[in-house]
Amino acid sequence: MGVKVLNSGLSTTIQDLGRPGYFNLGIPMSGAMDQKAMRIANLLVGNPENAAGLEIVFTGPTLRFDEACLIAVTGAEMPFKLDGVSQSLWQSIQVEKGQTLEFDYLRAGARSYLSISGGINVPLVLGSRSTYLVGSFGGMHGRPIAAGDILPLGCRDFLASQVGKKLPTEMLPNIGVREIRVLLGLYSYRLTEGSISKFFSEKWVVGSEADRMGYRFKGGQVLEFVERKAPFGAGSDPSNIVDSSYAYGSIQVPSGTEPIILHRDAVSAGGYFTLGAVISADMDLIAQLQPNTCIQFVSIDMDQALIARAERVAEMKAIRGYISNS
Amino acid sequence: MGSRFTFGGDEHLLVECADEMSMRAFFKSLSAAQLIKKSPLIGLDEINAGNASYLIKFNPDSIKPAELLSEIKKIDRIAEDSVPVIETRVVEIPVFYKDPWTHETGMRFRERHQDPAVTDLEYAASLNGYATVEEFIYAHHSSPWFVSMVGFVAGCPWLYQMVERQYQIEVPKYLRPRTDTPRHTIGHGGCFACIYAVQGAGGYQMFGVTPVPIFDPLATHSHIDESMVFFRPGDIVKFRAISSPEYNSISADVRDGIFSLKTIPIEFDLREFEENSLSYNRALLDKLDGS
Repeated sequence: MGVKVLNSGLSTTIQDLGRPGYFNLGIPMSGAMDQKAMRIANLLVGNPENAAGLEIVFTGPTLRFDEACLIAVTGAEMPFKLDGVSQSLWQSIQVEKGQTLEFDYLRAGARSYLSISGGINVPLVLGSRSTYLVGSFGGMHGRPIAAGDILPLGCRDFLASQVGKKLPTEMLPNIGVREIRVLLGLYSYRLTEGSISKFFSEKWVVGSEADRMGYRFKGGQVLEFVERKAPFGAGSDPSNIVDSSYAYGSIQVPSGTEPIILHRDAVSAGGYFTLGAVISADMDLIAQLQPNTCIQFVSIDMDQALIARAERVAEMKAIRGYISNS
Repeated sequence: MGSRFTFGGDEHLLVECADEMSMRAFFKSLSAAQLIKKSPLIGLDEINAGNASYLIKFNPDSIKPAELLSEIKKIDRIAEDSVPVIETRVVEIPVFYKDPWTHETGMRFRERHQDPAVTDLEYAASLNGYATVEEFIYAHHSSPWFVSMVGFVAGCPWLYQMVERQYQIEVPKYLRPRTDTPRHTIGHGGCFACIYAVQGAGGYQMFGVTPVPIFDPLATHSHIDESMVFFRPGDIVKFRAISSPEYNSISADVRDGIFSLKTIPIEFDLREFEENSLSYNRALLDKLDGS
């Protein structure tokens, strides 16, 4: 019973919406990097939005279903086939016992989400089924799924009315956004004004170190720091601070060279200054950036951040309404 | 001590009690975090207190950022006058200094270091005015350390040396963070020591390793509770230098489930410590040795 992993894909992990509440001990939120895509995949198959599914990065796994169920694949544009027959993304699809699912090449975006009716029923760790790779716990024994694994499923019943549920094109998230909105703050006073405006006017390219912990960017000029006498305990580099807690989404720039956006498996604290944080509404977009993608940081204020947040909440509400009524 | 308040995106408020580290700043951040946890404020998801600052994660759908800011400013002022006394414990952590694993890792990332020609220990010893690495190591383990923050990855403690400022060890972090650090490395960056709970990225100079686990995802060690994380802010640590054979023997005890940690409960009063830190520490360590 369950779902047999025939091929794991590059780094496929079990994720739900995450494990908030333990960052003060250095245990990060974890959970799907693209929360909206994960929520929609679950809604399409009739799961609670927090059910555990698979987060798939760049290349997909091959899976054999040993029981009938409903699935949905959302997020990146990574087409898939059931027993060799192409299927649609952003749609709930009935799978018969014994069928094999295979992914094609990634066309756009970076992370796909596979949800299965009943959810993947691995044990809860500190309230979540999400895999935290660095800490080696959660998900499948704290590691990515591997060939030979059997993914256990939760409740096996699903509603016939749920089959074929589909999101209309106008409701699909736009994964092609290349502007990331930032609220300047935290330790931004360390930078000269000229350097701050340059940071927001330049193009930045996603580097190869882009994963669940953080996304590193290259291509911009080295930041300029305001002169100072290093405060006691900080260390002498101008980018050093007395180590403090990091905000999820905050942007640190060690030695002023390569900005790193902290994501869901981020370290909780450290000694590099941060110049602000990506607004909550744009964190999902980062999950869909491939290495070598060119982006721009856009400075906005708190009021604009709250408007963007409200828009995101409204979009999700509309999606819930559409799926439950369709 | 005037705090600085700044938002981190639309979900975080950072309060920096001071831009430099001190026991006073740490106790203020701890007091403020405790007061906020006890306050009736709604919409607060988490509070991380550490070193000289505290970070609040909040839900702006439940509390307006401006309203939160004004409430936190009030609490921060009250925290200023809190009595700096805590119930805590002293823990002895054995350390194998100059071990082969951190040495090998240091060599692998030499181009990210300030001085690629010497080891992390040689660099730190000379920068802090010690004639030899051995004298530096002695200074590192002869005085106790205060756990002033817990986090980074999987319960890594930040440790603040309980000696007067002019004697505190201070080193810069690596120029660019390494992508690898051995598990249980004793590190140092700025004025802080740390213990890396798991293998992974890091920017601190590396001095040695401990055989004692401080993170326990599989619930196999009796000294760690269900939170998986051993340390808490406010713990006091005494390092003890051990040899390679003793490292192996403690590692074997840990593996066999018969390792026990030397630890005693104490009440720590910052005012008494500040009056005479040397004699306060001596009394503390005598108590640990006598246990």
